[in-house]
Amino acid sequence: MTDLEHHDYDVVVIGAGGAGLRAAIEAREHGLRTAIVCKSLFGKAHTVMAEGGIAASMGNVNSRDSWQVHFRDTLRGGKFLNNPRMAELHAKEAPERVWELETYGALFDRTADGRISQRNFGGHEYPRLAHVGDRTGLELIRTLQQKIVSLQQEDLRDLGDLDARLKVFAELTITDLPRGDGRVAGAFGYWRESGRFVLFRAPAVILATGGIGKSFKVTSNSWEYTGDGHALALRTGAGLINMEFVQFHPTGMIWPPSVKGILVTESVRGDGGVLRNAEGSRFMFDYVPEVFRGQYADSEGEADRWYDDPENNLRPPELLPRDEVARAINTEVKEGRGTPHGGVFLDVSTRLPAEEIRRRLPSMHHQFKELADVDITAEPMEVGPTCHYVMGGVEVDPETAATSVPGLFAAGEVAGGMHGSNRLGGNSLSDLLVFGRRAGAGAAAYVEGLGAQRPDVAEADVSAAAEVALAPFATDEGENPYSLHQELQQTMNDLVGIIRREGEIKDALSRLSTYRERLQHLSVEGHRQFNPGWHLALDLRNMLLVSECVARAALERRESRGGHTREDFPDMDPTWRGTNLVCRLEDPVDPSAPVTLTHQPVPTVRRDLLELFDPKELGKYLTPDELAVLDDGPAAPDPDRPEEDHA
Amino acid sequence: MTYDASFRVWRGDPAGGDLVDFTVAVNEGEVVLDIIHRLQATQAPDLAVRWNCKAGKCGSCSAEVNGRPRLLCMTRMSIFTEGETVTVTPLRAFPVVRDLVTDVSFNYAKAREVPAFAPPALAPGDYRMAQVDVERSQEFRKCIECFLCQDVCHVVRDHEDSKPAFSGPRYLMRIAELDMHPLDQADRRGVARTEHGLGMCNITKCCTEVCPEHIGITDNALIPLKERVADRTYDPVVWLAQTIRRRNRPRG
Repeated sequence: MTDLEHHDYDVVVIGAGGAGLRAAIEAREHGLRTAIVCKSLFGKAHTVMAEGGIAASMGNVNSRDSWQVHFRDTLRGGKFLNNPRMAELHAKEAPERVWELETYGALFDRTADGRISQRNFGGHEYPRLAHVGDRTGLELIRTLQQKIVSLQQEDLRDLGDLDARLKVFAELTITDLPRGDGRVAGAFGYWRESGRFVLFRAPAVILATGGIGKSFKVTSNSWEYTGDGHALALRTGAGLINMEFVQFHPTGMIWPPSVKGILVTESVRGDGGVLRNAEGSRFMFDYVPEVFRGQYADSEGEADRWYDDPENNLRPPELLPRDEVARAINTEVKEGRGTPHGGVFLDVSTRLPAEEIRRRLPSMHHQFKELADVDITAEPMEVGPTCHYVMGGVEVDPETAATSVPGLFAAGEVAGGMHGSNRLGGNSLSDLLVFGRRAGAGAAAYVEGLGAQRPDVAEADVSAAAEVALAPFATDEGENPYSLHQELQQTMNDLVGIIRREGEIKDALSRLSTYRERLQHLSVEGHRQFNPGWHLALDLRNMLLVSECVARAALERRESRGGHTREDFPDMDPTWRGTNLVCRLEDPVDPSAPVTLTHQPVPTVRRDLLELFDPKELGKYLTPDELAVLDDGPAAPDPDRPEEDHA
Repeated sequence: MTYDASFRVWRGDPAGGDLVDFTVAVNEGEVVLDIIHRLQATQAPDLAVRWNCKAGKCGSCSAEVNGRPRLLCMTRMSIFTEGETVTVTPLRAFPVVRDLVTDVSFNYAKAREVPAFAPPALAPGDYRMAQVDVERSQEFRKCIECFLCQDVCHVVRDHEDSKPAFSGPRYLMRIAELDMHPLDQADRRGVARTEHGLGMCNITKCCTEVCPEHIGITDNALIPLKERVADRTYDPVVWLAQTIRRRNRPRG
């Protein structure tokens, strides 16, 4: 191909959010030549939208906190569907990853004794979230971005070139991962600005592309969240797990319509905000589910005392995990107790002094003032659920973030398993850092192990990828991609949304198959230079594939758990607890190949980890057979502790 | 509440372009970016615009609305009368790529010229800082890098030849931020003046006026930095000491 730009790297990281940047830093620190490729400008990744904080059991505010308590909270939040090894590594390593950010220049809010402050959040037993007001994600991205600049300055000093070992390719979209000998051989894509094609030859590719929210109409996600990494993994032969689990954040803005879905941070509740319905009732007390009985307050008096005296009172039910709160709000509105615009009230104005609200929640104050004419220090906000996060993702090895395809790694939201059926707030930013670093190290070890045996990219694969990318220009008669996108968003929102029913999911699947057909006949106006219509047409290919996985898995799982609620199977069923649903493409090379769905056991929880729970609580999640292991034999040792510790 | 608005949007590329007139529906509560998206979906599918979060947090959708640098996602239609024509043009200080998209690489190049955070000799986890001390730099770290301050600053906007010697308000503020970091180990006052053109800023406060995060760029970052640089450069005792040191330096 004549207009093809070539680059050779050791590692290509796709995505420049928290996971991608942390992975790139790690790969570069292992001495590898690393490319970071992102669809937006550098520093604009969706991570900047994260508000509340980074969960890490540093114990700065309550010294009782430990990785074991964090692990326990994470499994409770995920309703025991988490990959237990990922949840364990995450809980153990999160504090180091946060402290490391300070050495990169991050400035977190402080405790009175000068350490990193930590705030309360839903599902976390102790104050655990390191934060910077309510703009923690921005701090994370800026810190990692600036660390990358500092590594580039080292390379300028040592090698005479800022880009010698770490280069950012911004506004470049990857559409295909060519393979050689069954291994990843590189990444193919186009510059958004010029439309020109680019081929990276690289033996390792790290997917850090985030989530899939742009397939839903009401979402807190940006345009970039089109499931690119999920789709690339499928088309490369890897499997996706847990795709039925989509998190609807309980509090998105609902008015005015143009801002519907924009996130209202959980910190509002962590810092004392309460939810009320139109009748003025604090309804969350009516929605504490059986598994969390005894862990949450059942009166307003006790809940209010908890903020000042957490040792002797139970926490308010507004701080239940997100899936519970989102379902409760949904029910209140459906039963006619909603606000004029169809949500509920979130009020912090009667709970904290105005000055304190402006200090702790500056960006919420700003956002409501500017976009909705609401002063949150004087009046309540109107909020409702918004599609926020996908728990499902590429199946990876917990230690190295490697997928089943040699040379392909995944970290962050695009990877599955860590959060089980529902993610706790604050566990995402820590996930990005812990598994971003592990992916960078995993890729480095893999590349070092390959030596000179690097797979080749076949010319024919590159031509085929270019042909697919140019298809929307082939006809003038086809459909406008914007209208297909709007239909997809409406379908996923209405039929595979927060509450699901068998008939509706089947309806969605039949619509999705017609969309797949219509996708083949899209046409775009204009030329290849910065053409958003063309970009959307290519992103839609990924959105449709990923939406099909969500719908297929949602139809199959006949129970309700975490981010998957079936009206026709409203209870959590311990026999489903042990099952992961895996989506694959029957024939990764054929774009029209169907998605296949298989059952696979969830990795078992090691006995020493199970023993962190009260057996009575375990009985709410596990089958009697699974519980029986607690009675026999000695526990397997913790693999991360040196031998002598076990004496 | 829906009405038809008159929009004029600049369309073109580096070779040239023009304002194009559109009549487009506007609904209650919408922002200018909603209208640009409606144009894409219904009248101009290849209209180029950058955007990401649509909540004023990422700083991607910077452009000029009726000549004023703004974030398109935070500019509510209710600030205009229904009969008013809304004109949307790309950032003027940077080269056009296409339509409302400009080449902002100038800013990324300047970012890479600011010497990085110089960490103290402390183990991770041992950093201790008081809230009152981190707050000064935290204000500047609210920056979403929308580059509106860079766009409006007359040193950048009106003097193309100043660009190589001047980092612009965003990156002078970055130097101030590092300078005020309680644990940063570097002395940044010299390079602020010699390498980043701090002296070219004549505190007209245009940057502060357009900042969507309401950061006190001029009052809290640039003026204090100028004062510290002046202390170092023009302090008579320091001047004398440096002069003596220079005199005593071996010649050759």
